[in-house]
Amino acid sequence: MIVEQIVKELSLKVLTGRDHLKREISSVYCGDLLSRVMAKSSKSSLWITIQTHVNIVAVATLLEMACIMIPEDIAVDEKTLAKAEEEHVVILSSPLSAYTLSGRLYSFGIFSE
Amino acid sequence: METTDNVTMCQYYSIEAGNFTLAGEAAGQIKNNLKQLGIDAALVKKVAIASYEAEMNLVIHSNGGRLIFKINPKVITIIAQDDGPGIKDIELAMKEGYSTAPDTARELGFGAGMGLPNMKRCADRFVIRSEEGKGTEVELSFNLS
Repeated sequence: MIVEQIVKELSLKVLTGRDHLKREISSVYCGDLLSRVMAKSSKSSLWITIQTHVNIVAVATLLEMACIMIPEDIAVDEKTLAKAEEEHVVILSSPLSAYTLSGRLYSFGIFSE
Repeated sequence: METTDNVTMCQYYSIEAGNFTLAGEAAGQIKNNLKQLGIDAALVKKVAIASYEAEMNLVIHSNGGRLIFKINPKVITIIAQDDGPGIKDIELAMKEGYSTAPDTARELGFGAGMGLPNMKRCADRFVIRSEEGKGTEVELSFNLS
């Protein structure tokens, strides 16, 4: 599945990286401890996190993730949004919880590694 | 950047303590260098993760330091050096899940206690030297052949 399809299916808000929604998603990782994400996530993954500070962009860039998904309509720092645009990182937002989003993604046939 | 006939490159990044906004920039530049040099993607990922962890450790735990990136035809080396405060118990620091990160860092998702173990896991060779009150040096090597 590509990011654009997920955006449509889950009625997500696209906060950054509108021009990069054709990226393929290979897996999903959910977590808020950055070192754990660095160790366990992978290229082309969709990452669900409640962290919103600028360093999530560095993590997504280094791992070449497909996108970051922020649950529960948590506000994202302006600095993070600016940096994400600069680095072509897609950040999506939803009012749903991480649990619900994970369940929906699982039902689409996207699994973790 | 220095380039010699045997494709040796050495870069030096100064890392500021407590600057979470810039954190990850050096690791990003190291990763881009490796990609431009055509290094295998799986190895680039390992070096990127280890460099990021080393850089974050300097930001979170040190009084400031530097990240040094070197590459020759045989090996990639990442050295993280700082000017203190040093690690009291290296064995404990190496234990997955153990962290001395302050609450301010933990709130941002750091301090999982996986930095040093992640570096060791990614690198082919991992050396750590530390002296309390003086500083810490971590040297990571990644084989190219």
